[in-house]
Amino acid sequence: MSVEILMPSLDPSMHNGRIVKWLITAGDPVNIGDPVVEIETDKAVFEVEAEVAGVLGEIRVAEGEYADVNSVIGIIREDGSDVIPSKETPAPAQPAGERKKVAPVPSPAGHRVFASPLARRLAALEGIELSGLSGSGPKGRIVKIDVERASSSKSAPATVTPLKKEGPLGDESGFLPAYESIPHTAMRLSIARRLVESSREIPHYYLTLDCEMDALMDLRVQVNDGESVKISANDFFIRAAAIALREVPAANAAWTENAILRFSRADISVAVSVEGGLITPVVRDAGGKGLALISAEARQLAEKARAGKLHPEEYKGGTFTISNLGMFGIKHFTSIINPPQGAILSIGAVEERPIVKEGQIRPATMMTVTLAVDHRCIDGATGAEFLAAFRRLIEKPVRILL
Amino acid sequence: MCNAKDRENGMAEVDFDVVIVGAGPGGYVGAIRAAQLGLKTAVVEAGQLGGVCLNWGCIPTKALLRSAEVYRQFLRAGDYGLTAADAGFDLSKMVERSRNVARKLSGGVAHLLKKNGIALFEGRGTLLGGGKLKVETSSRETIFLSAKHIILATGSRPLVLPGIEPDGQRIWTSREALVPEAIPESLLVIGSGAIGIEFASFYNAFGSKVTVIEALGRIMPREDEEIAHLARKEMEKQGIRFLAGARVTVLQSDGNEVSATIEKDGKKEELRTARAIVAAGVTPNVENLGLEAAGVRLDGRGFIQTDEYGRTSAEGVYAVGDVSGDPCLAHKASHEAILCVEKIAGLEAHPLGKHRVPRCTYGHPQVAGIGLTESQAEEAGYRIRVGRFSARGNGKATALGESGGLVKTIFDERTGELLGAHLVGAEVTELIQGFAIAGTLETTEAELMRTVFPHPTLSEMMHESVLEAYGRAIHI
Repeated sequence: MSVEILMPSLDPSMHNGRIVKWLITAGDPVNIGDPVVEIETDKAVFEVEAEVAGVLGEIRVAEGEYADVNSVIGIIREDGSDVIPSKETPAPAQPAGERKKVAPVPSPAGHRVFASPLARRLAALEGIELSGLSGSGPKGRIVKIDVERASSSKSAPATVTPLKKEGPLGDESGFLPAYESIPHTAMRLSIARRLVESSREIPHYYLTLDCEMDALMDLRVQVNDGESVKISANDFFIRAAAIALREVPAANAAWTENAILRFSRADISVAVSVEGGLITPVVRDAGGKGLALISAEARQLAEKARAGKLHPEEYKGGTFTISNLGMFGIKHFTSIINPPQGAILSIGAVEERPIVKEGQIRPATMMTVTLAVDHRCIDGATGAEFLAAFRRLIEKPVRILL
Repeated sequence: MCNAKDRENGMAEVDFDVVIVGAGPGGYVGAIRAAQLGLKTAVVEAGQLGGVCLNWGCIPTKALLRSAEVYRQFLRAGDYGLTAADAGFDLSKMVERSRNVARKLSGGVAHLLKKNGIALFEGRGTLLGGGKLKVETSSRETIFLSAKHIILATGSRPLVLPGIEPDGQRIWTSREALVPEAIPESLLVIGSGAIGIEFASFYNAFGSKVTVIEALGRIMPREDEEIAHLARKEMEKQGIRFLAGARVTVLQSDGNEVSATIEKDGKKEELRTARAIVAAGVTPNVENLGLEAAGVRLDGRGFIQTDEYGRTSAEGVYAVGDVSGDPCLAHKASHEAILCVEKIAGLEAHPLGKHRVPRCTYGHPQVAGIGLTESQAEEAGYRIRVGRFSARGNGKATALGESGGLVKTIFDERTGELLGAHLVGAEVTELIQGFAIAGTLETTEAELMRTVFPHPTLSEMMHESVLEAYGRAIHI
């Protein structure tokens, strides 16, 4: 009896994954739960475990290659007798980056999703893809609560437009200097796809404001005085954004095909740059959490992000994003909305500037923030109201502590 | 594992993986599961194996109620074309049978513990903290046990209300009511939960004039209103009197009678009966367990506070069954014990949802329910579909001569989720499990409609009730 190892689906938007490394070679024995192969998706690297015991019979997709979700990437033979112990890699390894389509081999049983009838009904009502959920029922069966959880963190059904194949840019000219060709990682492709989609489809508009930072910087010094773990300015911004979204709930919204979703809670995605790209882990319910907790969570999420160890539930489903380039001295910038969210806040550097107040020029600590907004779901006045609320909090930061 | 040889030598070991205090349906079931999982397990029990359920509750009452049921059939033999002219009863024989049934099953528990290599310490257990337990045996020996995991499954006992104190002579708890010497000419039952209703049915069957008092606004307050109402009407036909929204303020044993002062709607009524049964609920057995020393906290109602896996506020101490809170039912205790033990063993455990615990009352008629009642579903904000099917439309019920009954199903209109099912009538306590399985598997109305129910059975009423919720019942 042989059992196929299928490319798993980690979330509904995943349509393929790349084999990073086979952890065992053909002919090696495996037990249930043994890690067999390392897979990279656009979000994370994870290990696939053997679901049966036996012998790794065959490697169908070589390291570096891509395979579609649910296609066969290898074979485990439960009874090791009929194994041809071929120690050589069966398929010639394709150079990473050259996407070779691996034809899905239909498995005899098909890829079956185990879900309760009620979970199936709910998923259909909510437009949730069951194959993307992990089940909490017996043997991983998807039950009602799993769909409800996904539904409450879901903002919109993920629609993925494949990136159009475009000709290489001008390299026929022959006038380019020598270059190194860096193959696309899964993450790179995902970033490209999502941002092209966002910038093409979403009618962005931008709002910019300056905030006086003296009070917040003083407060931060007081808060951190004598503490070994410091709360960063960004932690204040996460909480301030969440409170401002609570005050202006119309700004905590997302556009979907059938309706505008207005969220009951502010889950703040925080852009974290990682090697080869960026990812946006989510601080859930930042309005309902204290600064210390937000700070601890944000730090932990950023560490996991950099280590490539985020779980899907840690980066999916935010309602609003914050991107901060202040540490590079950037004064002002705009961001592309992280779909399907409705807005993203770009935070610039905190710096001393001369300002005019009551006819006097005086020095002040300032910060410029820019909100990029999806006009389909958040109109200009609403965006402005949110940004003004955010500034009020930053300038009267004691309210952030409340 | 504490093997049989050790026990024969009287050299029980004192170090265990799991020690369970109490051998009721929580304790002994948890112990067997622990032993199955290879954990070295001991049980500490001060009373009888099987606990209240098996010795003084569920099981012996079912034995008595069986006598009542057969007797009722005798009395209506004519309905079936039979003659049973000399129908009569011998109470002492009924009680003896009931005690034998309990004894037999308690012996069965002893056998199961032995077979699974579980050490049994007969005595009272007290937590000492730090994974230590002191056991004082009936022969005044003291044994010290230590275990990484100690599970408290000490159960509950009848609640004693101020002014309504059982005396064991004329004012009974369920325990005295199980071993009567005579059928009292009249009987006051305080409380209309499962225990009160079952005793009311039993004594009524043998000629007691029974009055049931319920402090809440309606009888069987945990059950669906419509079902409880039908049950009440049926029992009233049999001659049981009900007073809901009434309180007994004074209850006194007075000569060979009991006198009760009952307050209802501001008016007082004096009632004199031969006997009274106090069945106003249960209270957890939390005393003298060393809870404070071990750092085990109680909740606001005096039950041991636990999480969904039975873990208490003290590391390594767990509580399951009645002692950890409502619903105080044997099957809930067993289920909690198993999931607590499986969690301890590191298995994937699935917390128990209270809406998945069925309730059964074995009066005449029987009542069973699971999940939300109609009014609870409405209060929870569901838009509901309700199906009803009466036993009058069921062939088997008619053939049995049991056409008083109703199966009621409640669905969430949006998702088709079975929110609740409530039944009254013959054998409904055996039917309810079908809806329990449906609930656990999360079926919708569609799978229930698609299921083939055998004909002719009472279970066809379940199918018809589901169909009726969607306007598709056949036999209406």
